[in-house]
Amino acid sequence: MLSQLALLPVLLPLIGAPACAVLRRPTAAWAFASTVAVLAFVAAAALLQATARQGVIHYAFGGWAAPWGIEYRIDLLNAFVLLLVSGIAAVVLVASRASVWHDIAENRRTLFYVACLLCLAGWLGIAATGDAFNLFVFLEISSLATYALVACGRDRQALVAAFNYLVMGTIGATFILIGIGFIYMLTGTLNMADLAQRLPGLGESRTVFAAYAFIVVGVCLKLALFPLHLWLPGAYTQAPAIVTAYVAATATKVALYVLIRFSFSVFHLESSRLALSLEAVFISLGVVAVFAGSLVAVFASNLKRALAWSSIAQIGYMAVGVGIGTVAGVQASLIHLFNHALMKGALFLALAAIAMRVGGNELQALRGIGRRMPLTSAAIVVAGISLIGVPGTAGFISKWYLVTAALAREQWLLALLIVAGSLLTAVYIWRFVETAWLDQNPAQPATPPQEAPPLLLAGTLLLALANIYFGLDTRLPVGTAAGAAAGLLGDSAAGLLGHPPAPLPGAGAP
Amino acid sequence: MELLVNSVLLMLLVATAGALVVVRGLLASTMLTSVYGLLSASFFVTMDAVDVAFTEAAVGAGVSPLLLLLTVAAIGRGEPRAAGALPILAIVLVTITGALLIIGTLDMPPFGSADAPAHTHVAPRYLQLSGEEIGIPNVVTSVLASYRAFDTLGEVLVIFTAGVAVLLILATPGQRGSARPRYTPGSHSEPHTILQVVSKILIPFILLFALYVQFHGEYGPGGGFQAGVIFASGIILYGLLYGLPTVCRVVRPAVVETLAAVGVLLYGTTGLLAMLDGRPFLDYSVFAANPVLGQHIGILLVELGVGITVASVITVIYYAFANQFEMAEG
Amino acid sequence: MDVLSYFNYWVVVVLMMLGFFIVIARANLVKKLIGLNIFQTSVFILYISTGKVAGGAAPILTEGVTLYSNPLPHVLILTAIVVGIATTSVGLALVIRIHAAYGSVNQNDILQQDQQC
Repeated sequence: MLSQLALLPVLLPLIGAPACAVLRRPTAAWAFASTVAVLAFVAAAALLQATARQGVIHYAFGGWAAPWGIEYRIDLLNAFVLLLVSGIAAVVLVASRASVWHDIAENRRTLFYVACLLCLAGWLGIAATGDAFNLFVFLEISSLATYALVACGRDRQALVAAFNYLVMGTIGATFILIGIGFIYMLTGTLNMADLAQRLPGLGESRTVFAAYAFIVVGVCLKLALFPLHLWLPGAYTQAPAIVTAYVAATATKVALYVLIRFSFSVFHLESSRLALSLEAVFISLGVVAVFAGSLVAVFASNLKRALAWSSIAQIGYMAVGVGIGTVAGVQASLIHLFNHALMKGALFLALAAIAMRVGGNELQALRGIGRRMPLTSAAIVVAGISLIGVPGTAGFISKWYLVTAALAREQWLLALLIVAGSLLTAVYIWRFVETAWLDQNPAQPATPPQEAPPLLLAGTLLLALANIYFGLDTRLPVGTAAGAAAGLLGDSAAGLLGHPPAPLPGAGAP
Repeated sequence: MELLVNSVLLMLLVATAGALVVVRGLLASTMLTSVYGLLSASFFVTMDAVDVAFTEAAVGAGVSPLLLLLTVAAIGRGEPRAAGALPILAIVLVTITGALLIIGTLDMPPFGSADAPAHTHVAPRYLQLSGEEIGIPNVVTSVLASYRAFDTLGEVLVIFTAGVAVLLILATPGQRGSARPRYTPGSHSEPHTILQVVSKILIPFILLFALYVQFHGEYGPGGGFQAGVIFASGIILYGLLYGLPTVCRVVRPAVVETLAAVGVLLYGTTGLLAMLDGRPFLDYSVFAANPVLGQHIGILLVELGVGITVASVITVIYYAFANQFEMAEG
Repeated sequence: MDVLSYFNYWVVVVLMMLGFFIVIARANLVKKLIGLNIFQTSVFILYISTGKVAGGAAPILTEGVTLYSNPLPHVLILTAIVVGIATTSVGLALVIRIHAAYGSVNQNDILQQDQQC
């Protein structure tokens, strides 16, 4: 059984999606999809434990050895991303029923859940695979399903947002395809571990440079790194409430994983001459993203839109971590990847509940919501202070590691900018607090409390409390990220930051 | 000679793409897209990629122009617009990207050289050993359905996703699925008698040809995907001539939608059987003691899965689009 | 000979850029999808060109033939063609819905209508 474990998280939704399509009743589809996601999460958790214990796990499809066949090569980083994505998907899908029934017409609900499972299969397939072309195929599965899910939004703008997403996403995917084609021409292989071995031997090849450039631009389109973020605000704002929670907490995280995997595992950015210029690109774009995203968020009149722009800012922080390019920087980036998924998952789930009760996420309509939906609003505040990075929350851990990584490279200004970005976050979170509690809605003087439906509330609170839990007990994200980053950069300096070296041995270096 | 054909085809491709930049009308653009598909299919033949050429001809010159035509029919041709301001941003972006691509080609192995890494590292094994290991002549099928069978499962899932996405986007309120005929038979106005008689004779042969392509993929160009497209084109031809309501009565949408999932499940189950026996997913040696026979059975099953899903999804997509067209008409 | 050996690649680059240009420069959504289609098909041409071995035969094992073209790019592009048509069909489905909702498939018209709301 253990030998099949590497495949299970991907296989469950992959087979589950067509099986779900055969179901007639939407409730059955919801129950089925949720079960599949929970099982995938359990499998991913077991897989993470197995990788931590015994190092890299290989899985050769069809019994054909790599590089002739397709291979899964699960290390700590793969398992970490698999765990995060399947975990968020499980929580969101279980909590989704009421909101989906509210937003989606009856005849579409079964297909909606099929598309959700297809998305999940795509994301997990990207996170697990050790083959560059296989990654492209699964990227397209998740993308196509996401376009359709976004298009399910209530307003007609959702259609336009989905179309723009489709065009930009496809350009991104085609760029990635070009990049993969280039490196295949040079090396004759598609297996990522094999590529990593053969690419350095090529030296200063212009084709390698172009290949990396195309892959990075393509992935950054999917990641929505400033200035390639244009599809994101529309897609996140217009998508059905549940879809935003589902996608925001996962899709960009998977894209970040791909960026990190290609940069450090395949192309060995850290040891190439390109490193210096790319470092500057990622750090400056990241910082601009932090400020541009936060500023737009501060002035947005719709909370969902504000949080969409906030995602662009948070992606900026992760890009800065990649740009710092040390083990500590990549570790910080991975920690933030984990924590940001928890924050945005909680926030967008809470907004889904509010949209059900209030009919929208316009700030103006949220006056007095703190009294009407006390628990949901409290969840927003908890996730919000985590987003700011207040000590005691997961967000603080992210910022702490990022600032430390910047300081370790003596980038004082960068560290200062990271902290300053947090202050802007505080502004738009405060605007919600003000509206929710201090601002009375004169039209409805006394509305009775009307909380979110139980499952949705439970999911929201679970993710919000996870922000506190992982702010106090940081072993899982910090330890795993340390091991993963050390494995990527082939360095034993993971413990530089005063933290004990990863207690998780054997993140095999490529 | 080969070089000449090659250059002429490339120039024709450039001319077609150039015309597409200039032409504004949607109908003309659709036709040019179809020409582009056909030309690239011809180019693939000169590059020895017969399977790809077959597929590109079916998709680039068949399915995608058909969908474009149905869309244009549903939304109207739209009046061509006078050219606006020069799209400077687009020109800059395209120039940068193009320059980067040209730089990228400079350190590439020269075109056609047999000692390029791509031809010396992984691929030789397929050419040298697939005869013994898989036992079928078409190496493309061997790689597609066995060495890289998981990619092909992903491909089937992509097609399935497209079907789900189109249904999700085009589902009309109150209806489950792609199309539910609401028109009385005969409401389809002009009968094309000659075409109908001819096609009635033709369609069985199209379906038969699809089956031939399905099961011949091991020996020559062809396989599940091409067969699925051809099979669906038989159904689509019927639909175009007799109207959507008639074809929906013969080939029921609910059945086709279920079959789309069944094809993926067939592929997936073929892989799962190996897992139950403790072997890796998609290891065909589970099917027979003789490994070559096992490969045969496995490839037959997964290709069948591909064919079923492709034919069903293309039919489903056609139903959904044609339904929109008929609604726009009605 | 040196220029000639890259001639194929450069023409393909031109093809890609023509498609890419249509995607970004044209406001008509159907036209954008057509551009995307051309862009992707041109990338397929690039891949297939890399698989060609001068003097090779189509990779279908035959008695007496020793030199074949590389089958792996063919397999990859078979998959990529499927991805391409899948994207096109989803995009066109969106276009139909957009037309029903806005009465136009021109990006500028749509933008204008949204701003008026």
